Amino acid sequence: MPLDCGAMMSDITVAYNTYGTLNEDRSNAILVCHALTGDQFAASRQPLTGKDGWWNIMIGPGKVLDTNRYFIVCSNVLGGCMGTTGPKDINPETGKPYGLEFPIITIGDMVRTQALLQDYLEIPTWFSVIGGSMGGMQVLQWASAYPERCFSAIPIATAAKHSAQNIAFHEVGRQAVMADPDWLGGKYLEQDKNPRAGLAVARMAAHVTYLSESALHRKFGRNLQDRDSLTYGFDADFQVESYLRYQGINFVDRFDANSYLYITRAMDYFDLARDHGGSLPLAFKDTKTRFCVVSFSSDWLFPTTESKDIVRALIAAAANVSFVEIETDKGHDAFLLDTPEMLQTIGGFLKSTAISRGLST
Amino acid sequence: MIENTTLTRPQDIRVDLQLIAQMVEPGSRVLDVGCADGTLLSHLVETKQVDGRGIELSQAGVNACVRKGLSVVQGDADADLSDYPDKGFDYAILSQTLQATHRPKLVMEQLLRVGKKAVVSFPNFAYWRCRTYLAFKGRMPMTSSLDYAWYETPNIHFCTLRDFTVLCEELNIRIQQSIIVGNDGKVLSYPFTSRRANFFAAQCVFMLESQENIRFPHHTSYCW
Repeated sequence: MPLDCGAMMSDITVAYNTYGTLNEDRSNAILVCHALTGDQFAASRQPLTGKDGWWNIMIGPGKVLDTNRYFIVCSNVLGGCMGTTGPKDINPETGKPYGLEFPIITIGDMVRTQALLQDYLEIPTWFSVIGGSMGGMQVLQWASAYPERCFSAIPIATAAKHSAQNIAFHEVGRQAVMADPDWLGGKYLEQDKNPRAGLAVARMAAHVTYLSESALHRKFGRNLQDRDSLTYGFDADFQVESYLRYQGINFVDRFDANSYLYITRAMDYFDLARDHGGSLPLAFKDTKTRFCVVSFSSDWLFPTTESKDIVRALIAAAANVSFVEIETDKGHDAFLLDTPEMLQTIGGFLKSTAISRGLST
Repeated sequence: MIENTTLTRPQDIRVDLQLIAQMVEPGSRVLDVGCADGTLLSHLVETKQVDGRGIELSQAGVNACVRKGLSVVQGDADADLSDYPDKGFDYAILSQTLQATHRPKLVMEQLLRVGKKAVVSFPNFAYWRCRTYLAFKGRMPMTSSLDYAWYETPNIHFCTLRDFTVLCEELNIRIQQSIIVGNDGKVLSYPFTSRRANFFAAQCVFMLESQENIRFPHHTSYCW
């Protein structure tokens, strides 16, 4: 498979999970695209953490992505570390882990890989492609690159380009990883090391951007962690510190540092308008795909203005588009949480879209 | 509060929407600005097979529309009409919303930019019951269909039938069709330019067209 960077990649392994049953017409398949640190375990136990699937709230019998009605597919992205080919895998040319010899990948490459999976599964058209954050970028890329292969598209809390602020946050994370002496120029696996501290700091910084000021205040305030008074030291006095440290440490156990570098880079490079001569409406020219765009009022990482840019372009392209901004203080993470209005909007959209697709109710 | 104004009961609201629906050609492209829960839009899709789109301010309204299979974007008439391409629709509909916009003149211009035609319905503030309410009670008229006190009403730009037709003249808008609705949702036969219409109309529905759509010979023809 040719990559956007010019390199060729052969023997790509794709790890994926499915939920529900494909119907006879092969018309009820939904592709779920995961976010930066997500994986294919959208609705099943993650083997490394033992935790429930990251989108259990959405996927299951009787849920919005109803496994009694739809065939749900979720694959680990190219460059990932949960089974799909990525920088921690062995480079057939050297016999050693790729590390930084892994080619730079893009959102386009991730979607091209998913299209190969779609061919392999012999699914002519996804009934819907859905995802939040980086998953939403893949949804937009899908609708733009393969409009005839997705009947509907649900980009959530996302953008058609990665903003300067978001690139900046990613750069902070990458520099934290690279500054860890155990990173070893990306060759840590060869020497059985892991840049744990650097990756944990990257995760902590990123995690703050997934929340909102009011959500942090609601959850933690200035509450102290297991103590009655300040210690006048650098221990985790505050609950919010303890929480972030926990997030960082747990992340390191399930994620590969180089994967983090590569996938954040893929997001930074994403700019759908640039790929179409600077015109976002051209990315969706003559599209027949039905869109449901969702944003969250307190999301400052992918703010509503970014979703509105997408909606504006879709309107200019005369596309079928619905858009709703959901009022919540949960920040960017709202798409992963039990946000009733989001479930109602997407549930309603899928039900009416199923009728026009001729799926039995 | 006046008890009797028209368009207060559900069947009367349907009358208003039916009047608008009558004006729309089957199979056309329609934008409903301020489409609420999508009642008119889904009626048009079902009975006139239109390709319908909507704009609605409230999240609950958008959700209701999306559930009905309608393509509706959360937004408002003042800010978001500018996103739409020129003449992308056969009709741009503004039903009972003009009086709630911040800049009605701009909204009117935008409606006739995005729609080849516009259909606008609004309550007539010169309706005789409003006049007598103001004249005898000396207070801002409140009706059961517009039952907000002056300090909390979203209806910040009331106009009369006459005000509206003057604005149309100013904007070079041609009134192609008009329906004057009186008490109890009855359609009145007075011409919209008459004083009687401005006195007895509780509601008005207008089909509008921009004069620029009518092509005149090019100015250069007068040069010689």
